[in-house]
This record gives sequence, structure tokens and C-alpha cells, in this order.
Amino acid sequence: MSATGIGAAVRRREDLRFITGRGHYTDDFSRPGQGHAHFIRSAHAHAKIVKVDASAAEGRPGVHVLTGADLAADKIGNLICGWMIHSKDGSPMKMAPHPALAKDKVCHVGDPVAVVIADSLAEARDAAEQVNVEYEVLPAVADPAQAKRTGAPQIHEVAPNNTIYEWHLGDKQKTDAAFASAKHVASLDLTNNRLVPNAIEPRAAIAEYDAGTDSFTLWNTTQNPHVARLVIAAFVGMAPEHKLRVIAPDVGGGFGSKIFIYPEEVVALWASRRVGRPVKWVAQRTEAFISDAHGRDHVTHAEMAFDENGKILGLRANTIANLGAYMSTVSSSVPTYLYATLLSGQYDVPTIYCEVDAVYTNTVPVDAYRGAGRPEATFVVERLVEIGARAMGIDPAELRRRNFIKSFPHQTPVIMTYDAGDYHASLKKALEAADYKNFAKRKRESARDGKLRGIGLSAYIEACGIAPSQAVGSLGCGVGLWESAEVRVNPTGSVEILTGTHSHGQGHETTFAQLVSERLGIPIDTISIVHGDTDKVQFGMGTYGSRSGAVGMSAVVKALDKVEAKAKKVAAHLLEAAEGDIEFKDGKFTVSGTDKSAAWGEVALNAYIAHRFAGQELEPGLKEGAFYDPTNFTFPAGCHVCEVEVDPSTGKTDIVGWTAVDDFGVVVNPMIVEGQVHGGIAQGVGQALLEHTVYNSDGQLVSGSFMDYTMPKADDFPPFQVDMTVTKCPSNPLGIKGCGEAGAIAAPAAVINAITHAIGSEDLAMPATPQAVWAALQKVNAKAAA
Amino acid sequence: MRPVGITVNGSRREVDVEPRELLVYVLRERLGLTGTNVGCDTTTCGACTVLVDGRSVKSCTVLAVQADGREVTTIEGISSNGDLHPLQQAFHEQHALQCGYCTPGMIMAALGLIQEGGRLSEEEVRSGLEGNMCRCTGYHNIVKAIGAGARAMAGGGTTQQAAE
Repeated sequence: MSATGIGAAVRRREDLRFITGRGHYTDDFSRPGQGHAHFIRSAHAHAKIVKVDASAAEGRPGVHVLTGADLAADKIGNLICGWMIHSKDGSPMKMAPHPALAKDKVCHVGDPVAVVIADSLAEARDAAEQVNVEYEVLPAVADPAQAKRTGAPQIHEVAPNNTIYEWHLGDKQKTDAAFASAKHVASLDLTNNRLVPNAIEPRAAIAEYDAGTDSFTLWNTTQNPHVARLVIAAFVGMAPEHKLRVIAPDVGGGFGSKIFIYPEEVVALWASRRVGRPVKWVAQRTEAFISDAHGRDHVTHAEMAFDENGKILGLRANTIANLGAYMSTVSSSVPTYLYATLLSGQYDVPTIYCEVDAVYTNTVPVDAYRGAGRPEATFVVERLVEIGARAMGIDPAELRRRNFIKSFPHQTPVIMTYDAGDYHASLKKALEAADYKNFAKRKRESARDGKLRGIGLSAYIEACGIAPSQAVGSLGCGVGLWESAEVRVNPTGSVEILTGTHSHGQGHETTFAQLVSERLGIPIDTISIVHGDTDKVQFGMGTYGSRSGAVGMSAVVKALDKVEAKAKKVAAHLLEAAEGDIEFKDGKFTVSGTDKSAAWGEVALNAYIAHRFAGQELEPGLKEGAFYDPTNFTFPAGCHVCEVEVDPSTGKTDIVGWTAVDDFGVVVNPMIVEGQVHGGIAQGVGQALLEHTVYNSDGQLVSGSFMDYTMPKADDFPPFQVDMTVTKCPSNPLGIKGCGEAGAIAAPAAVINAITHAIGSEDLAMPATPQAVWAALQKVNAKAAA
Repeated sequence: MRPVGITVNGSRREVDVEPRELLVYVLRERLGLTGTNVGCDTTTCGACTVLVDGRSVKSCTVLAVQADGREVTTIEGISSNGDLHPLQQAFHEQHALQCGYCTPGMIMAALGLIQEGGRLSEEEVRSGLEGNMCRCTGYHNIVKAIGAGARAMAGGGTTQQAAE
């Protein structure tokens, strides 16, 4: 392994601009003559719009006000959900119209009704106060279970009982039979709590229309500029693709929330043409709380059946998934094909049956957020395993061992075929590193200090490396999920890699360059990675779903294969040898069996000078592109161990130890991979302990700012112990599984398993705030006293 | 409009501001120093942290007029002669940033913390960062970087030596 090749902890090349304050985030740009946009948003969860009176505001100098009626009159198309899900009865999901500015009614607090554009943000906000929107308030429903009931307020005509779909997966009869024969059934009722992603950079858009060329440029905080361009061109109809350039500059975190195509960038584009000046919008944080897609929000009843030896006989679950007021871009897929297909966990489960009902409520739309369906599945499986183990008196680690899948490939009952893994290895390593066997001693020591100590495992698995196009297409996805790469060799030998992925913290400028440096044998400093601009990269699907390594780098490998093949042809001409005799290693081309050689730089230059090419068979230049479509999902898996101390007088939980052992297959940069695990764990802990998105019964978002929504801080965590095991991914050229979401997938179950262990009760909801834990303890004590 | 004179990163800058203008927006939009970022509207996230007269403050909660006559240091002002400040170097070596958005505020807050009291325990660093949010890193490497940076600043050695 070289100092800058695959497997090396190369320090990041992109760091320089960020540590010196020279990053270029969307808000750092300004366009000449730009106006600033402020959105007027509904303060009601559900209401008819009777009238929008902007006359006073429009009278102010430099102020324009545009409404939903104006948008509809200009025939701007609606936003869409691009993944079709069918109900059990075969009917398609009930996708309600979602205009970028509400015209007839508003469906959630924060639903945008109008936009004010002025010379400065302050003036736009001042003018907005003079816009009078008259509403007829309607009853609202925020709770997903209530939304389904007869008599609940109907939000969209197209969806009776607010039901979007009633979907299922698995074999009901076989599963019911398994339960009928079970010796023991573990059962769980849970809410997988709604989360607000809260990337620290708020969403932003700058839209500019050039009347001279009838074309648009959009700077946007998107994780997938080409997908944004495609949706805005093909569905919203703002402009054809070739007249719309989308640039995603430095983006300050996404976690899924910046995948989706939102109203604000659509309105900014439309407004820039309407008012004849560039339009800039940056979300305020309290605005982000009511406009960024939220995550999770499942209400689930689940059961796991065991035989007398603790062997799992079956699993069944029914889930109500709250998708919010409108169907966001990939929302339908999260509680279905990204969730139910992982309910086998790491275990050999003979039969599974899962029902999912998705509903509309008068809340912010819900869509993918780090893990997207897999944290929900892992929580169900890993809590049931732990609950079952405790009830049956079997050590939780031992119960897992008895049920691990041992041979691969393994076909689960829920579509996925796991390709390679060694779950025993990660469990063993994690338990050793966490000193699991001496837990009892530590528990006694904590008790002497008046603290309750608990330990919880989470043996997670996920499906990522999103995704094989034929597979997801057959499941309803409207697009393919391959990735593209172009390798451009310059005459002086430096290399540019154009990738359709998009780095918003994942370090692609370094890791992709490591791959190329090792493969071509050239210094890493001679390589640059280009992403994020639809004028530069022809097409790509973006970064999410832990796909950039597994899918994005595989595309780079394919393109490098083509470059190597052509370079050898050039070298053959240069060295006057047969093409078949040319070998390429460590940046040098040699004629096999001789000492005749040419360096990379020489070959690159000659490709462009082309003096030595005879005839027309070999074209000048050295530039190749490739598209890579995965043949399967990848299956990272591992074991996390969380150890906690609970203070019974306050209910406060301190995490005193965290051990993670993950199998990500081949790792390009272990430093970056560990960083991804750290960040994922923090978000998972946030869900389990701190973050609570609270709506009251009127659909008001009570936890609407950082003052009420508790974000994880440095003093919420101990240092993390992170290690790895490796089983190479058999389905892509590099053997990469991916790592971006794993921490967030594993962590919540580990935390709740640990706290329930500490307090001796399974009756604990997330977030396990001090109040929740204290209340659970009071119940335990009351039962004990009785 | 009021005229204010603020010494920013060693240079005196004179701007006319509205009384309601926040220091962070004056830095970003009037003085072109876009390194300092805005992440929230409740003084909670700390992305906007700068030093005012050597003490860390959240520039989203300081009016520009309050900074009149004072010395403000932003992320753009801490390297000297093209050399990175030991804290910047430590963040780089310890992989203490991913998307980079919280990083300028995090570094300035760390600088304020170190300047207040020299070497810090891990626990003191973690609680000293309660005013700074990061969504990407889980704080693990940030804490390591601040420790290494503080040791390098105190010992005058390199951050790599300090990290060992």
C-alpha cells in the first residue's frame, strides 16, 4: 500500500479552503443585481386560502410579490414523488398535487404561499409583513394513527382516509403459521421518532435567468445537481435540460435532506425570469424546521417468534408511516423497499411478513434521512432480539450467535440476497474491544456510586450502494441508480476525474484521487476531482445511500480500464511494439521482456500530439467515460456496543463507552471511514436520547428551533472506539460496501438496549430523555414495591 | 445609518451600518469575509463564532454598532505569512472537519477557549464546545484536534508532535 493509495489515511486535500474560511457555499455567492427572496409561509396546519392581498407590499420600491395563483397561471408544473408504490389491492399510491406555492389550500405549518423579492432581505421581510393572507382555517391532524381513522380531517381529495398506500411484503400465511408454533414471542410497540436533519448549512438557492439565451443557472445546496435539473426540466417544466445549468458548490452537509427537489429553488428560478433579476434565497433555521424534509416517523407493532432454543422462527410487523402533507421526492420508498427488506437483520429468519400503511398528515413532508428505512428496520430487529433474549434468559450475544447467517450468498424472505459477510467476526471483535465479559464487575462499581449501568448491542445490517437500476426499477423507482465517470488525461499528464457523485463532507476530492493515483501510478497532486456542475459533468445520480464508493468509484474504475487500454495502444506506437506486448505498472509502460519503456507523461503527451499514429485506427486524445450499474445492493454490517450509566434520581443517561466494529469491505481511506462512523453514531444517539420533533394536536410544530429541538453536542459523547472486519464486496470491482449511513443505522437500538438493560424495563420510548427514563424507573419501582 | 470603525484581522475598516445590522452580516456581506458562517437564528449553533477583543462571541448576536472601536478576529485572520495556525493544522491532521461549515466557528471557539486557560482536559474541551454544533463529525476528531492544537500552541512544537 502506498502512502497515497487505497487503504492509506491520506489527509484531505479539500481541507485547506475550509480551515481558512475560503469555502464556497451557496450563500457565499452573489450575482450582480440580485434580489433577495423571503417566503411567506402558512402559520396554520390546514386551511383554505381565501385571498392574498399584496397591494400594500407591492407599492414599496423594488418589491415584487408572487403568489400561488401567479405560478399556476404561468403553468409551472408540480413537484413529484418519483417512486411508484402499489397497495396490496394493486392500486397506485395516492400522490396529491404539490405546487411549489400553495394556491387553494395550505397543508402544513410552513407551506409556502407567496414569495417577496426585494433589494435586501430586510426589505423583503419588512414588505412581507404588509402582505395580507386571508385563510379559512380547517381542522388539522398531525398524528398518523389518527389520520387514518374515519372522521379525521381529509387533507387531499385523492386520498380517502389520508391513506397514500397500504403495502405489504413477505408471506403472511407462512409467518402466521410460524408464530402459531412458537415457544416464545417477543413483542414491541414503538414509535421511531421524527427527526429534523438540520445540516448546519441551511438550504439556499440562487437563480439567474439570461434573457439573451433564454437559459437559467441555479446555484443550489443539492446532493444531486443532475437529478434536480432533470426533475425541474421534465416535470416542473421550467426549461429544457439543455437550458438549465445547476451548480452545487461546496455544500455544508446533507444527510439526505438536500436530495429532494423543493419548492424554493423552483420558485427562485421562476421568479428570476418573472422579475428580471437574479433571485437569492437562504433558509433561516426556524424556516428550515418547517420546510426541510423530516425523517423517520413510523409507528410500529412488531413481533418475533422463537423456538425453545431461541432460534428465530419468524418476524412480523405492521407500521404506519407518516409521510407528512405532501409526498416528497423519494418518500414512498423509505418505509417500504428501504425498510421491510432489512427485517431479516443478520439472522437466518425463515419467514417474514410486514405491512406498511403510509398516510398524509398536516405536518412537514417526510423523506429519506441518513439510513432511510434501515435505522427503522434495525431498531425493530435488534430490540426484539434483545427483548427475546432477556425474557428467555439467554445472553443477548449468544442468542444472536445462534441465529447468525453463516453461509453466503443468503436469500432472505424479503427480496434481498446478502452477498458476503461474517457476523460472528464482528460480534466477537466488538465484545472483546468492549470488554463485554467484565460488564458485571463494572455494573457493581456503578451501583456503589448509586448509578445503574447497562450494556446494549446492535448487530445491524443494511442494503446500500444504491442501487441496481433493474432491481429498483422493478420495485417502482422512476430512475436508474447507476453512476458515471469521465477520466480526462491532459497532454501534460495531469488527470481530471469528472464524477456524477457529489461530495458534501465525504472527502471525495481525496479518496477518488487515491484510487486514481494507485491505479495510474501517478502522484496524487496531479489529479483533480470535478463534481457538482451540470455544465461540466454530463450526468450523475448524486451522493446518498452510501453509494459514492461502491457505485461512483466503480464507474471510475471502468473508465480507468478504458484509459489504460487506449494508453497502451499509444505506447505501442511510441515504443514501436505490438500492443499485446505492452505492460503498464506504477506509471510506466514497458515492452515485455525488454528494457524499452515510456513514462505516463510521455504517453499522455503523445496521445495528443499524435505524430506517431499511423493510419486512422487510433484516434488522438486520452479521455474515456463509463457508466457503472451495480448488479446488487451492498451489505455493510457490524456490531455496535453501547455502555451507559443512568442516574436514577434524574434519569440522565451518560454514555460511558461506545465500541463499533463494522464490515465495509475494502476501505479506501480508513480515516475518512472512521469519521463517517463517528458522525453516524452521533446522529443515531441524537435520535435515541435527545432529538424530539413535537407537533401538537393543531399541527403546530412546538419544537421549532434549536432552543427546543436538542441537537447533539460534544459533551453528549465519550470518545468512540472504532474498528473493522473485512469481507470484500463480491459485486463491484473494488470490493467496497460503503459506510456513510452505518453509524446512524446501528446506534439507536444499541442505546435503547443499553438503557432498558440498566433500568430493567423494556417500556421506554425514544428519545430517552431524562424525564422519560425517570418516569420508566418510577414504574419499575412501583411494580417492585407492589 | 451609523458609521462604525472596526479593526478586522488587523486592518481598520469603516462602514456605515443600520443599527439593526448584525456583526456577522457586516463581516460577510459588507466586508466580503464569507469564512464566518450562519447556521441558525437562535444563537445556538456557533457557526458564526469570532473573537472580539480576544474573546469568543457569536457574531450573530452582536450588533455591528456594538463592535465599533473593537478588534475583531475572524477565521481569515489567524494564519500568518501564509502559514497555518497550529489549530488549523491540527484540524487538518486529525480529520476534524467533513463538510467544513461549522469549522471556522469551531476553530475560533477553540481559540477562545485555549486563550482563556491554556491546556485543557478532554472533558473541559467537550463542555467548552457546548456552544458549537457539528452534524458531521460526532466531535471525536474535533476534540482530538483541539487537544493537539493547544499542546502545540503551548509547547511551540508541531501539531504532529503534540498529537503523539
